[in-house]
Amino acid sequence: MAVFEKITIAKAINESLRASMEADPKVLVMGEDVGKLGGVFRVTDGLQKDFGEDRVIDTPLAESGIVGTAIGLALRGYRPVVEIQFDGFVFPAYDQIVTQLAKMHARALGKVKVPVVIRIPYAGGIGAVEHHSESPEALFAHVAGLKIVSPSNSSDAYWMLQQAIAGDDPVIYFEPKRRYHDKSRLDTESIPDPLHKARVVQNGSDLTLAAYGPMVKVCLDVAKVAAEEGKSVEVVDLRSLSPIDFDTVQSSVQKTGRLVVVHEAPVFFGSGAEIAARITERCFYQLEAPVLRVGGFHSPYPPSRLEDEYLPGLDRVLDAVDRALAY
Amino acid sequence: MTVEGTAQRKNARGSSKRTTAKKATPAKKASSAKTGTAGRPEQAEQDQLVQLLTPEGKRVEHPDYSIDLSPEELRGLYRDMVLTRQFDAEATTLQRQGELGLWASLLGQEAAQIGSGRALRDDDYVFPTYREHGVAWCRGVDPTNLLGMFRGVNHGGWDPNSNNFHLYTIVIGSQTLHATGYAMGVQKDGSDSAVIAYFGDGASSQGDVAESFTFSAVYNAPVVFFCQNNQWAISEPTEKQTRVPLYQRARGFGFPGVRVDGNDVLACLAVTKAALERARTGQGPMLIEAFTYRMGAHTTSDDPTRYRADEERAAWEAKDPIQRLRVYLQSEGLVDEAFLASIEEESVALGKRVREAVRAMPDPDHMAIFENVYADGHALVDEERAQFAAYQASFADADASAEGN
Repeated sequence: MAVFEKITIAKAINESLRASMEADPKVLVMGEDVGKLGGVFRVTDGLQKDFGEDRVIDTPLAESGIVGTAIGLALRGYRPVVEIQFDGFVFPAYDQIVTQLAKMHARALGKVKVPVVIRIPYAGGIGAVEHHSESPEALFAHVAGLKIVSPSNSSDAYWMLQQAIAGDDPVIYFEPKRRYHDKSRLDTESIPDPLHKARVVQNGSDLTLAAYGPMVKVCLDVAKVAAEEGKSVEVVDLRSLSPIDFDTVQSSVQKTGRLVVVHEAPVFFGSGAEIAARITERCFYQLEAPVLRVGGFHSPYPPSRLEDEYLPGLDRVLDAVDRALAY
Repeated sequence: MTVEGTAQRKNARGSSKRTTAKKATPAKKASSAKTGTAGRPEQAEQDQLVQLLTPEGKRVEHPDYSIDLSPEELRGLYRDMVLTRQFDAEATTLQRQGELGLWASLLGQEAAQIGSGRALRDDDYVFPTYREHGVAWCRGVDPTNLLGMFRGVNHGGWDPNSNNFHLYTIVIGSQTLHATGYAMGVQKDGSDSAVIAYFGDGASSQGDVAESFTFSAVYNAPVVFFCQNNQWAISEPTEKQTRVPLYQRARGFGFPGVRVDGNDVLACLAVTKAALERARTGQGPMLIEAFTYRMGAHTTSDDPTRYRADEERAAWEAKDPIQRLRVYLQSEGLVDEAFLASIEEESVALGKRVREAVRAMPDPDHMAIFENVYADGHALVDEERAQFAAYQASFADADASAEGN
């Protein structure tokens, strides 16, 4: 129990895992290199030392095996928190996640629960090689039975993970890896928002930016620059992609009349498309402009020397803000 | 096909030359293996099927696996197999009558399933494919419960924990990882229960099966891998899946594998019991390859005449699992006509019960679509449920006025 004035997201997740494991002996951490090494990002640093190899499990290098055995452990009454080392490596486990994990509760007509949490460091901006910068969240949000969340700051990282672990549904917890070392405040005795509630993190009146994970910071920066230009931008941190708190987005858009959705994932069939459709339906008479989207292109994630062009940054989001305001 | 009909055909073949010729096959294989693996006699031995009851119904001994069952237990195995076959035949018929959308028959695999199923303790846990109707029977899952998914009223729906029998799994091989994870949990709990994962020769090619072998070996998990090699993965023969006998795969992962006569209920029981005992006592996983034959089609949608010869099936009919036990029981004087008649009677009654249960099985309520998608609820599901309910309700006025007319 403590107040951390400045704690990194990585450390907040570590503290969160620690708190969950202390609270419930059934919580397990499993994944590649999560033990002695503490994970390739050191997020699980020290956990094996404190909780033992029986609860912090270094697994064979096989993602389908990790998720598949986590399902079996959950059926036995455990609460496995699985780490997929990088976003691009989740696909060997995609079958287990989509055909097994997501459906098992429904197939059993509710008689079994599979509370597996899958942590995935995701998205780009760290100058990595191929398959280390992907944003595959829409590929999971499309699947009924899964819940998808992504924190953007240390406090949310801490609370949302514990809420995900405590819940009885499978949750994919996307960690914005380029923000791992960003510091913000964490009060471990505060009362957290509900897991799937969006939050207005910047008030404004001319336009709403909706984002999650790594793009929240970009949008806050955009709001600052826009303010200097006399434009009042509201920023909504969605926090959850399945379900999405459309009510909060709707309230914001009914006030501002304009919405731009920002994510790193490719725009085509991305979460922005779903948000645009729903908000258009809900706010048709209040919208002053079509809902615009800023995101990745319909191309493979580029080599890292090009990622600054590919990723939505200050300028590309500001451009969309200008276009929306021009209607 | 009735149980009686099948048994009669087996009787007719019991003394044929074909049966004798087939019987010579394992011995021939063993001797060639011996010459092929000079200096490794254990290899040659392993290439032989573990068998305790020959296709002719003669009791034989095996150096590593033995079994001593009471007459009552033996009669019980016979009853299990006959009733399972009857249930299976009934389900096939129900599919033909349009009561089921599909059925995956276990015909020919009764010994593998009953033998392994009866080796289990109540506290052991089973992860089946979609064809383990005989194992389900052994676990006390009501046969009619198995039919819901094939009728299309649910995707399984029984409570896996009431009989320690997980839901049927259709994606091939996925359940071997669930079994392994469950076994890891058993181990963490300090329990001496064991877990058994069923899969087939086709599944042996799946990455998940290989990963389950790796995980179970690395963690020494108390899981038994029970592979029913029924020779066919829909139209593909086992040689399209593997270049080595499947049981030998285990060695590369660091645990033992054994091939058992999958049509010999006694051998399947003995070998599975031994494997479960290994698991219970902390000796880790084991692979059992039950060498058997899928006598029927892959499912009722399949047409095996397009890819396999009648002669092959006929040769396997001579190894029928039920017939050989019946011959043995009769030759030992362990069953009489009254017993056989009582099983036949029970069989007919089971068929009737299954038929009636299926025909009376109601379609689920429309709103069931939205039930149990999540354990803790989900805003989108709630919204769609409400919208769909409103849409349904919008017909109420029309229905009412139609009735009024």
